[in-house]
Amino acid sequence: MAFSSEFARYPQKHSAYELAKSFREKKRSCVTYLEELFSHVESSNSKVNAITSLEKQYAFKKARELDGRDATVDEKLFGVPVVLKENIQKIGFSVSCGSKMLNGYRGQFDATAVARLEKAGAILIGSANMDEFAMGSSNEQSVHGPVLNPHDLTRVSGGSSGGPAVATTLGFAPISLGSDTGGSVRQPAAYCGILGFKPTYGQISRYGLVAYGSSLDQISPFARTAKDLDLFMEIVGYEDKEDATSLQHRYQSKLNEVSLKGLKIGIPRSLVKEGLDKNVRESFHKMEEGLIAAGGKIVDIEIKHLEHTLSVYYLIACAEASSNLSRFDGIRYGYRAAGAKDLGEHYARTRSEGFGEEVKRRIMLGTFALSAGYYNEFYGKAQLIREMMRKEFENKFKEVDFILTPTAPTSAFKLGEKSHDPMQMYLNDIFTIPANLAGICALSVPAPVAKNTLPIGLQFMAPWKKDADLIALCQALEDAQLIQVTEL
Amino acid sequence: MNYADILKKYDVVIGLEVHCQLATRSKMFSSASASFGNEPNTNIDPACVALPGALPVVNEEAVDLAIRMGLATECHIAPISVFARKNYFYPDLPKGYQLTQFDKPICLDGQIILKSEKTIRIERIHIEEDAGKNVHVGNASLVDYNRSGVALIEIVSHPDISSPEEATEYLKRLHTFAVHLEVSNGDMEKGNFRCDANVSIKLKSEKTLGTRTEIKNINSFKYLEKAITHEVERQYEVIEEGGKITMETRGYDSERNVTYTQRSKEQAHDYRFFPEPDLPPLIVTKERIEKVRKLLPELPEVRAKRFEDIYGLPAYDAGLIVSNKYAASYFENLVKALVGKVEPKACSNYFMSDVLRSLKIESEKTGLSVDEITEFPVSLSQSVELLSLVSEGIISQRIAKEVFEELIISQKMPREIVKDKGLVQVSDDSEISKVIEKVLNESPAQLADYISGKEKLFSYFVGQAMKATGGKLNPAKLNELLKSAIEVRRK
Repeated sequence: MAFSSEFARYPQKHSAYELAKSFREKKRSCVTYLEELFSHVESSNSKVNAITSLEKQYAFKKARELDGRDATVDEKLFGVPVVLKENIQKIGFSVSCGSKMLNGYRGQFDATAVARLEKAGAILIGSANMDEFAMGSSNEQSVHGPVLNPHDLTRVSGGSSGGPAVATTLGFAPISLGSDTGGSVRQPAAYCGILGFKPTYGQISRYGLVAYGSSLDQISPFARTAKDLDLFMEIVGYEDKEDATSLQHRYQSKLNEVSLKGLKIGIPRSLVKEGLDKNVRESFHKMEEGLIAAGGKIVDIEIKHLEHTLSVYYLIACAEASSNLSRFDGIRYGYRAAGAKDLGEHYARTRSEGFGEEVKRRIMLGTFALSAGYYNEFYGKAQLIREMMRKEFENKFKEVDFILTPTAPTSAFKLGEKSHDPMQMYLNDIFTIPANLAGICALSVPAPVAKNTLPIGLQFMAPWKKDADLIALCQALEDAQLIQVTEL
Repeated sequence: MNYADILKKYDVVIGLEVHCQLATRSKMFSSASASFGNEPNTNIDPACVALPGALPVVNEEAVDLAIRMGLATECHIAPISVFARKNYFYPDLPKGYQLTQFDKPICLDGQIILKSEKTIRIERIHIEEDAGKNVHVGNASLVDYNRSGVALIEIVSHPDISSPEEATEYLKRLHTFAVHLEVSNGDMEKGNFRCDANVSIKLKSEKTLGTRTEIKNINSFKYLEKAITHEVERQYEVIEEGGKITMETRGYDSERNVTYTQRSKEQAHDYRFFPEPDLPPLIVTKERIEKVRKLLPELPEVRAKRFEDIYGLPAYDAGLIVSNKYAASYFENLVKALVGKVEPKACSNYFMSDVLRSLKIESEKTGLSVDEITEFPVSLSQSVELLSLVSEGIISQRIAKEVFEELIISQKMPREIVKDKGLVQVSDDSEISKVIEKVLNESPAQLADYISGKEKLFSYFVGQAMKATGGKLNPAKLNELLKSAIEVRRK
C-alpha cells in the first residue's frame, strides 16, 4: 500500500467539518496538526507530484494566530487546510498555471473565493499542479511534470485539476479548489475516487481565477464528504460585485432534505449504450439498481443536441481562450523571450516559447473560429446550438429531478496512452462538458468498487441553481452507501 | 489653385469620429482612479494591467453620461446594448483586446443641426475603454497604464459634413454639449476630446464617394480646419494628376501644416469581434433614461431662451452669458438672490458691464480665455451684497462702481469697504439741504444764469454738490431738493 497515512485513509476523521469542530473546541492545535500534515505531504508528494508549492511559513503563521484565539461564529472552516489549483490568485502563492509562461509568477491579489475561505478561518497551505492553463484531461500537460494517480502510479490523475484532486485524495487537505470548464474537476475526481462538484455557472465568483473559457469556467471544489461540500458552498456561494457574471443567488444548505424515495432520475440512454469501459458500465448499472431499490424511479430521456457536444464546446472554449490568453505577452509579467529585435518578434518568440503545444493548438483553433468570414459559421453557430442545449436541459428537468451519466467513459488511463492524439483526449470529456455548456451544476461521485480496482466516477446533474439539492442528494447516496470514497 | 476653385469641380465629404473621455472618478470597467497627470502606473489595479484572473465591472455613472450625450444629440437610446472584445496586440493594450461596443451600441441615429439649419446625422455613440500610453525614450519604449481603461464614448457621424467650417462647427457643438452637460472635461490638450476626420472628395457629377483617408487624433479646432483643408488640397492634386487616393491613416503635422501617412488601411486588422463573456448585456430601462433626462444640466441654447423669456434679457446678452456655464450659473444665482430687490435687467447690465470686464482683466492676467474661467474675481456673494446696497439706497450707482473696482482685487465684502471708506450715501434731507445751500451760495453767477434760462447749469450744481461730498449724495434726493431750493431762490 503506497499511502498508508491516516490522513489518506480516514476521510471522515479528517473531513473539514470534523477538523473545524475539533479546532474550534480547542480539542487539537492547528499548529500540531499542520506539523503532522506537512510531514505526510513531504513524504508522499514526490510520488505523485500533486503539490507544486507548499507554503509552510504562511500556513504556520495563520495556524499560530488561530491557536491563540477563539473562533468567531462565522469561521466555519476554522483551521481547516485548503489547497488551491495554481490558476487561482492568492497573494504570494505560486500562480504558474502549469505553464512556462508563468513559471515563478506569484499571486498579486486574492481571488474572492480565497478571501471568503480565509475569512471563514481556512488555512491555505499551497498550490497544486494542473494542465497548462486548464487545457487538458490528464494533467500530463504541465511544466511541472505530470500528476500521478495515487491508486496506480502508472496512470494519470485526470485533468486539468489533477493536483488538487490528488491532494484531497491523499488527505493533504479535506477541501481543495480546482476549476472546471469542461469537466476538469469532475473527471479527476472520478479517476481518483473522491467527490468533485461543479456549481451552477456564476454561483462561485470567478474573480481571481485565471480565465480559460470565460462563459464555461467555475472554481469547483474537491472533497470526500457531502457535508464538506455543503460547508464550502455556504462560505463561497453568493454574489460577488467584482464578477459581473456571478449569480444574485445565495447557496442555502438543503442537507437532510432530499430523499432517494420517489426521486426521478433521468438517464440519456443512447449516450450510455456504447463506448463505456466494462467496469464503468457495471458500476453504472449497480447505481441504477441501487436507486430503484431505495425507492427512486429511472426515466429514460434523450437529449438531442448532445451529439454536438464536443464541437460546440471546443469552438466556444477555444475562441474565448484565444482572447483570454492574449494578455500573456511578456510585457508586464511572466515569461519574456530574450534577444527579440522588434515588437513583432518579441510577441512571436515569447508566446511560441512560453506556451505548450496544447495551448497553442487551442489558441489557433479559437482565433480561426473568430476570424472574419468564419465567425457566423463557427463561433456564432456554436453559441446558438449551446442555447438550444440549455433549453433542452431545462425542459428535461421538468420531467426528472436529476440526470445520471458516467463521469468518464473509462477509469484512469495509463500515462502517455492518449497524449499522442488530441481527439482521443477530448473524447474523455463527453459526459462532463454538457453541464458547462448548459450552465447547470454537476457532481462526480465515487462508485463503490472492489479492493484494488481503479476508482470509477458517476455523474449527477441538477437543474440551474439547484446546487444545494444536488449536494443533499450526495448525502442521501452516502447514507444509502451507494457511493464510497475509494480506499487507498 | 485655391480651395474655392476645388469646390467648383468637387464635392468634399467629411465624417468625424470623436473620442470623448468621460468625467468619471473611476475607470470604465474598474474602480481605479481615472485622474490625469499622476506619476506613471499609479492609477492602476488588476484589471488595468490585465493581471491573470482580473474581471471587468461596468461603471454605471459612465453609462449615465453616455445616455446624457445621447439625449443631447437626440439619439435613440438602446434598451439593450452589448460589450464586445476588439482583439489586437499592442503594448498599450494590456489585455490584448479593447472592451468596446460593436454591433449593438448604446445610442443610435442622432443629429446635430448647424446654424445654417443643415442636419449632420450621428450614426452611433458607443462606450469603450481607452488604452495606455506608449512613451519612447531613446531606444526604449515605456508604457504608462494610468490611462488604460479610462471611460470613453465614441461619437460617429455620417459623412454629411461638406466643409472644414462645418466640421469645426459640428465639433464645437459636440464639445459644448460635452462640457455643459458635464459629460467630459473636454480639455483637448489633455486628450479628453479627440477627433479623427474621414475625408474624401468626388467630382460633382459622380454619385459614388471617393476613397477616403483618415486623419487621426486632431486635438484642436484650429488644426481640424487646417488639416481637412490641406488634405482636400492634397487629394485634389493627386486626382488631377491622374493618381489614386490610397485608403490610409494619416497624421497631421501642425508645424508644417501637412498630413502624412501613418499606416495603410489595406493592412486592415481582423479584430475578431465577439460579445464580451465577462459582462452581461447592458440593459437601460425607460425609467433610467427619464431619470438621466431629468437630471440633465441645461443646454446653452435652452438656457439662453429661458433667460430671454423669463428675465426679459435681450438675445445678445443672453447668448453671451450662457457661453460660459459658470457665468450662466453666476448670473442666474444673482437674479434669484435679488428677487424683489433688483430687476433681472439691472443684474444683466451689471453683469455685462462690470462682471464681464473683470473677467477680461482676469483673462489677461492668467492667459485663459474668457469661456475657460471658472472662478470669478468678484464672487457671487460680493455681487449680491453690492447690488443690495444700491437697491437699499445705501450707496449710489456711481459709488457702486467705485466699490466694484475694489472688489476685483479684494476679498472684503462691499458693506465693509463702504464702511471703511465712508462711502455710505447721504440721504438725509437736512444734510443734503445744507450742502445745496452751500453750493448755491458759492455760485451766485451760475444761479442767476440758471434762473434766467440756462437749464443746462443744473448739472453744474449737481456736480458741485457731489464734488463737495465725494459723490456720496443720494442722486434722486439731491435732484429733488436742489430743484425746490432753486425754486425758493427764484422767488
